[in-house]
Amino acid sequence: MKPFTLCATLLLLLGGCSREQPPSSNAELVISGPFEIVSQDPAEAGYIFTRMQVLETLVDVDPDGELQPGLASSWQHSADFRDWRFTIRPAVSFHNQTPLTSAAVANSLTIASHNPGPLSQIAISAIEADTTAADAVVHIRLEHPYRPLAAVLANYSTAILAPASYRADDQHVEQVIGTGPYQVDQLTMPHRLLTRRFDNYWGQQPAIASADYITGHRSETRALMLQNGQADIVYNLDPASVAMLQQQQHVRVSSVAIPRTIVIKLNNGHPLLQQLPMRQALSLALDREGIAAGILRVPEAAANQLFGPSLGQWFNPSIAAAERNLQQANQLLDQLGLDWPGASRWRLYQGQPLTLEMITYANRPELISIATAIQAQWADIGVQLNVLVDNSSAVPAGHRNGTLQTALIARNLASVPDIFALLLNDFRTPDGSGWGPMGWSSSALSGLLTQMENTTDPAQLRQLAQQASSLLAQQLPLIPVSWYQQRTGVSKQLQGFRFDPWERSFGIADMSIVKP
Amino acid sequence: MKRMLLKRLLQLLLMAWSIGTLTFVLVRSLPGDMAYRIAAERYGDDAITNAAADAVRAELGLQLPAWQHYLNWLGELLQGNLGNSLVSGDPVIDSLQHQLGFTLALVLGGLLVSLLLALPIGLLAGWQRDRLADHVSLLLSTLIRAQPVFSVGLLLIFLLALNIHWLPVAGFGELKQLILPTLTLGISMAAVSSRIIRNSTASVISSPYYQFARIKGLSRWQTFCHHGGRNIAVPVVAYLGIQTVMLIEGVIMIESLFAWPGIGHALSHAIFARDVPMIQGSALLMGVLFVLINTAVDGLCLWLDPRGQAT
Repeated sequence: MKPFTLCATLLLLLGGCSREQPPSSNAELVISGPFEIVSQDPAEAGYIFTRMQVLETLVDVDPDGELQPGLASSWQHSADFRDWRFTIRPAVSFHNQTPLTSAAVANSLTIASHNPGPLSQIAISAIEADTTAADAVVHIRLEHPYRPLAAVLANYSTAILAPASYRADDQHVEQVIGTGPYQVDQLTMPHRLLTRRFDNYWGQQPAIASADYITGHRSETRALMLQNGQADIVYNLDPASVAMLQQQQHVRVSSVAIPRTIVIKLNNGHPLLQQLPMRQALSLALDREGIAAGILRVPEAAANQLFGPSLGQWFNPSIAAAERNLQQANQLLDQLGLDWPGASRWRLYQGQPLTLEMITYANRPELISIATAIQAQWADIGVQLNVLVDNSSAVPAGHRNGTLQTALIARNLASVPDIFALLLNDFRTPDGSGWGPMGWSSSALSGLLTQMENTTDPAQLRQLAQQASSLLAQQLPLIPVSWYQQRTGVSKQLQGFRFDPWERSFGIADMSIVKP
Repeated sequence: MKRMLLKRLLQLLLMAWSIGTLTFVLVRSLPGDMAYRIAAERYGDDAITNAAADAVRAELGLQLPAWQHYLNWLGELLQGNLGNSLVSGDPVIDSLQHQLGFTLALVLGGLLVSLLLALPIGLLAGWQRDRLADHVSLLLSTLIRAQPVFSVGLLLIFLLALNIHWLPVAGFGELKQLILPTLTLGISMAAVSSRIIRNSTASVISSPYYQFARIKGLSRWQTFCHHGGRNIAVPVVAYLGIQTVMLIEGVIMIESLFAWPGIGHALSHAIFARDVPMIQGSALLMGVLFVLINTAVDGLCLWLDPRGQAT
């Protein structure tokens, strides 16, 4: 073979590798965020499709966290919260023009209940279309009472897809056919989703005709895309990019408190950490304001309790600010008999330097900086902290096999928009949940949860929620460090932008573009 | 040439088996629970639960002994099947075709830019050895090589996308979105390849056979065409081959900065997720490419300098 022929063959081979033509961005609205579209399955990447308003859930959530009708126009439950009936909104079409029926909803929810997600954690006896009712109704029967079921049905993993979305043999999602105001125009996994307006949408027609979601891996890249005018909205900005964008005239930065808290997860079964004075000392040694101001650059984000102000009744304003107090922290450690020889840099525990390990992960870059700040702050009370940067999965895996000592995590408290559901999951078993407290139980908290399970009076629910928050702040099974502020860069040409603190929707359908 | 191709084919088969086996052993030796890793990549950080990890373990048969997984992979490979991704469930070959196309576009574009820059600069510096052009080229080359490719990319974004608004910052789908990443790659590559060309040129034009050609009356141009071009090209082509091979595995920073969906970024995600079939498939494909590129380079070098046939 002549070398020229060889080279030509090689080039042809290389050129033929890309099978598909990626979309060019002629969309009216371009959004960039760090999320990758790894799959079309709502259990895996449903949050992208609900945020882009392609998929919808039976239940919606307003900015205050109140449940609102979604694809279900109303719902009722039995007095014991075991029988639930969801009336399906009439005259709703899927993107393939087939009607939304109770059978389609029951099919979609049944598949969701078999996939990992909050619905699969509930003991369900049956999900069935009620053919006897005058309206289209889906009947869900539970094995045990479960008050927050409606909130679970607001989670993206329970989004409703048309029966044609699923492969017949194994229910693998082959195509995303939803009911939202936008339908998939072109999907280039894992980096791009181009959508166009769905003309037969049941609600108000959106003003923006098409929207393009582009995965931007790095915060600075996303910020530069906005600065350059290539993108209209960029999510998850880092502090440095925020400072840069705030100097741009055509851009504004939205900062919204979201239900996510940076906490130190503790193994409460550890011989030292199971003692409240030890947990209190570690908490007192934290300079939360310094972390919030210096690393997150949001001084008001310093957290004195697990549930932040965005969580309504679960935020207890009467809890005192958590200020650094090294003297008190050292006194508590002294009382525990953890000696600190004058010549030593570390306190001693069983004759050895008092050392703890902390796992954290790089997906949220601020966690690593905060972990090293905590390392320095705990050194001030003679506690040596080794920080291990791992994959996020090391936290629930370490919880399960008992090897975890401490972990710095950014806990999402809103995957189901009802903290009660989260607490039920965390305290269902003495082992706890992968992201919740580890090896900690409290009869007082269990009592409060039992009361909440049987209460429908809003005033009483609020009182119980506040008591639960106080208890968690006193007992510190998780040590809160700071609340999250989500920073989003938005072009000033956009009107109607609103950040959804529950991170369920980008709100594209409510926006319009104003030409300068 | 035929003998060389046959030898390379045998190398290819051996390489496919050894790379697949090595990546399998290495990934299996990494610490951490595979089921949790895969669940994290599939469902996201917030949704990793014990139930999700257990479902993944049962679905993928992760509780089975490693040797069974290895034999399954080997059996599938013999049938030309790279398996399915443990994360997405899609065939590995589909993902590779999609991602590799983007990476190759980037690498070939970068190579083209690098040649367009490095050839004139390197030849000029070689011709003017130890004079102003050579010193300036050395200074620029050192300055650029001292920068991480990431900061060269950022500088180009500030210049071409933010100041004069000629190009988009990032993304893919249009030809203009390829320009900034290829320029970044090309400039970084040219910083080294221009010096290789310079050295090769300087060495050839100071060689006795080249001087003799000039003495016997050939013009500068005739001498260069008949005695310079090919001799200068041999080390340069060999170096460009190595550089291309290194680029295919090393473009991850460029892909990440410019939100370009290439194989480097996909491979890093696969490693984080312990997506063994995806890692094996990517490594295998890269190995195949390396052999093909090296074969092409060897063929080109033989054509440029047929004396190599004898050895």
